[in-house]
Amino acid sequence: MSEPVNKDAKLPAKFSNWFKSRGWDLRSHQRECLAAARAGQSHLLIAPTGGGKTLAGFLPSLVDLAARKTEPDAPRRVHTLYLSPLKALAVDIARNVETPVREMGLDITLETRTGDTPASRRQRQKYHPPDILLTTPESLSLLLANEDASTYFKSLKAVILDELHALVANKRGHLLALALARLRAHAPGLRITGLSATVPDARPLIDFLTPQNAPGAPTAKLIRAADGAKPVVDILTSEERIPWSGHSGRHAFLEIYEKIKAAHMTLVFVNTRSQAEITFAALWDLNDDNLPIALHHGSLEVERRRKVEAAMARGALRAVVCTSTLDLGIDWGDVDLVIQMGAPKGSSRLTQRIGRANHRMNEPSWALLAPANRMEVLECIAAKQAIEEGVLDGESPRAGALDVLAQHILATACAGPFHPDALYTEVVSTSLYKDLPRKDFDDAVSFAATGGYALERYEKYRKIVKNADGTYRIRDKRAAAQYRLNAGVIVEAPTLNVRLAGKTSKRPGYKLGTAEEFFFEGLAPGDAFYFAGEVLRLERIEGADVVVTRTISDKPRLPVWGGAKFPWSTHLAARVREMLYNPETWSAYPDQVRDWLEKQREVARLPHPDKLLVETFPYKDRFFLVAYPFDGWLAHQTLGILLTRRLERAGKQPIGYVPTEYAVSIWARQDMSDVDMDALFDEDMLGDDLEAWLADALLMKRTFRNCAVIAGLIERKHPGQEKTGRQVAFSSDLIFDVLREHDPDHILLRAAWDDAAGGFLDLARLQKLLTRARGTVTASPLARVSPLAVPVMLEIGREIVARSASEEMLKNASEAIIDEAMGGG
Amino acid sequence: MNDTHGPSIRICNEELIPDPLGALYWPREHTLIVADLHFEKGSSFAPKGVLLPPYDTRTTLMRLRALMRRYCPLRVISLGDAFHDGDAEMRIDPADAEFLTDLMSETEWIWVLGNHDPEPPARFAAQTHNEMKLGPFVLCHEPQTAPAPGEIAGHLHPCARVRHEGRTLRRRCFAVCSGGERLVMPALGAYTGGLNILDEAFAPLFEAPVAWVMGEEGVYPIGAHSLAPDPGAAWKDAVKQGARG
Repeated sequence: MSEPVNKDAKLPAKFSNWFKSRGWDLRSHQRECLAAARAGQSHLLIAPTGGGKTLAGFLPSLVDLAARKTEPDAPRRVHTLYLSPLKALAVDIARNVETPVREMGLDITLETRTGDTPASRRQRQKYHPPDILLTTPESLSLLLANEDASTYFKSLKAVILDELHALVANKRGHLLALALARLRAHAPGLRITGLSATVPDARPLIDFLTPQNAPGAPTAKLIRAADGAKPVVDILTSEERIPWSGHSGRHAFLEIYEKIKAAHMTLVFVNTRSQAEITFAALWDLNDDNLPIALHHGSLEVERRRKVEAAMARGALRAVVCTSTLDLGIDWGDVDLVIQMGAPKGSSRLTQRIGRANHRMNEPSWALLAPANRMEVLECIAAKQAIEEGVLDGESPRAGALDVLAQHILATACAGPFHPDALYTEVVSTSLYKDLPRKDFDDAVSFAATGGYALERYEKYRKIVKNADGTYRIRDKRAAAQYRLNAGVIVEAPTLNVRLAGKTSKRPGYKLGTAEEFFFEGLAPGDAFYFAGEVLRLERIEGADVVVTRTISDKPRLPVWGGAKFPWSTHLAARVREMLYNPETWSAYPDQVRDWLEKQREVARLPHPDKLLVETFPYKDRFFLVAYPFDGWLAHQTLGILLTRRLERAGKQPIGYVPTEYAVSIWARQDMSDVDMDALFDEDMLGDDLEAWLADALLMKRTFRNCAVIAGLIERKHPGQEKTGRQVAFSSDLIFDVLREHDPDHILLRAAWDDAAGGFLDLARLQKLLTRARGTVTASPLARVSPLAVPVMLEIGREIVARSASEEMLKNASEAIIDEAMGGG
Repeated sequence: MNDTHGPSIRICNEELIPDPLGALYWPREHTLIVADLHFEKGSSFAPKGVLLPPYDTRTTLMRLRALMRRYCPLRVISLGDAFHDGDAEMRIDPADAEFLTDLMSETEWIWVLGNHDPEPPARFAAQTHNEMKLGPFVLCHEPQTAPAPGEIAGHLHPCARVRHEGRTLRRRCFAVCSGGERLVMPALGAYTGGLNILDEAFAPLFEAPVAWVMGEEGVYPIGAHSLAPDPGAAWKDAVKQGARG
């Protein structure tokens, strides 16, 4: 069904006049979207930022609504739904779309609905729906769980999914996929428009838009806007010594500051909130010119973040140090330089970030990469090449999660009786659940009804009840209310508020932001630390408040946020592997990096791109084993755990391990050079060893908690009784242990396992790594530490403790009491 | 026994062995002391629509059995709140009920009653006491707030947050008076929460409690220097209610 650009897709006079008044022409991709919409065809528009993407998405609906002939007072129903990954984005987009509506004098109503929308407005939206409703996946699911959902949505004509590439990347995408299937059932013939940044593989996004199990049904049409000008990417070639390890990029701060001074407005992207704090503090130390430089990250008070965004939009700032919180969103002011501090991790993410600069299509964006260490120099070069070749990376979306499905089943029952056969057909019509076995679906239904335990104890407490005709309904109003309170797939980690101590009273005052509880674990009262761009002194913790005062300190501490690490893309990893093994490419590298690699070639081996290099050497009074798979921190962490267990059994007395993006290092009391490396890296380690470790792993318990909350096993909150995140965390650990012991095949454990495998364990990658390693492990016993090993060796002490260390820690703390007693204290 | 089980706790000059599973063994009397089993706590939430895995009773029983295999006691004393609520003993799954009956038939069995189970159990009849004197000890559920030398109680579900070398760990613990006069047992039940030993509820009991913290392999005495309070008052209150109410 690929139509050529349709001449019929002409704009009505009102619209073409408005375009003219703005001095705009209808772009060809906008025209194509209009034509597809007119043919009732779902479509995916891929366009770079600044390509008029939003307007292209809304234009067909605006044209359609403008031509509508209705009685002025006739009841209206929602015509178009707009869904965005960010609440703030929905609000900004509403404002942007209101402009043409107002200027053309169209009789079209537009409203947003998010978690922040007041109850009165939500109520009004129920009885007087706007023509265009802008909302989020969570709010849509809640709307669909209303008893009148089928009437509410029966006249729906179009759905616009903004930043689709970001929406589908996680469980919100799973929730959305299921919600779209419901919408299609309520409004047959629904047209879905996806808007996306450039992605390496558009197929998963195209499939997301239409039902997958209707043979002969048209697939969504792919529409590509013309590429903007290629970005110009430079790598900061520092005059300073490039560090061996670390991620702060400290050596480059002065040079970064000079670049900011020379530019009009700069976005300084970093990978973690800690890095944001260091970078911000360092830039202000250098800021003799008093440039307005701001800070923006996920722990800051929302109000503060909004102020920074507004100041950017006004052009009142010269630079903003930010994390991924500014990856997405509408245009904020005239950014002309994007600096990426530290490794970019993937070319798609980098492209997105670079796209924040220069939103005018035809002018190139300018980006500067500032590697924080020598290894990152290679990664930055790889990323620059990838961008120049227009090669993107990205992993394909995971199959739909079972915990999200369980939530959806409850939601569906809240709206009205459903037949399991019909709902199953609907669920497998989505691209993410199309391979879902019927058994998994039935297990999810059974879970939603009674918990789905092998030991059937809860029959009389069923939450969904079977009717005589084979359909299921929700048990009662309370069960429906429970669903509502737990709806959504974002599970917040337990957090504490950071507040300045009140001046007069003892009551804590101004809130600076929030941070996860474990952020404060290593801090004691009196400690100074960086937060929200200031140096603060921890006074005391009162309930959920961390009370602080402003202070001056030479050495404030930098607590570590436990945020998720960006996965290192397979694509960049492969490039770096190739670069290392090709000395002829080294001439382009900075001297320090080239010398380092030359030295490695001279005294040790270079890692072959298709093999696995494993070095062993003694250092100080320990023995080391360093493997170089170049498969990312996550896979290396899992590998480190498993190798350690295996080496323990081999009597090598391993003490600890540390992963980096490139390598994993293990140290032990015994020499490991005589280990049979092929056997050590045998794939069977993914069996029992992994299972045994996971039983106790903190991350596994956190993953389980998220699944349990999403699936509705544990409540986030009761009506009238807020629970803090901490309590949920506590009880879910006990539940995890008990469930594992007695019902190891339970659906929630399967859901948690799927999350872990695709998430913090990165099993898919580890599996590939081990397959590649089969028969190709190159053992390289050395007399001393190799140049290539230096970066990972320097990470030791900053990272990770092996499992037995908890016991060790208790022993040490216990010995302290003896000292205490002996010292008479 | 000392060698295999690490240091023992001395209360009133009696040697007591703390087990990392969360029980106390008194070798001289061949007595195993446990507290706060909270059988059927999991199923107690079901009427409210929270369908927790109904296996907590079985896990708790397996812990009990492991302890009984380890020490072969002649007497088991449960210090109250063995049953989470009045209806709990009737809810117990038939297989678990048989499991408990079997364990009870192996030794002398004593239920000290608690606030969750103020009535003697009908289905699992045994000796019951509101409070029991044995040797130098007073064995009871709820600790007195006044000085009470020789008291061994449960009820509070003590936990310790150990802070050492920049890390913290939260574990169940025995709360022991530094002078060795009295002790509060950790809860053994699989779904029982914990109350930080630095919480004000412990203040009237101990001037300076030592936390005997449960690790995987042993129980470790940790002094005040290494103990930290829990952040989050809302959470603390909720657990307090769970532990005591």
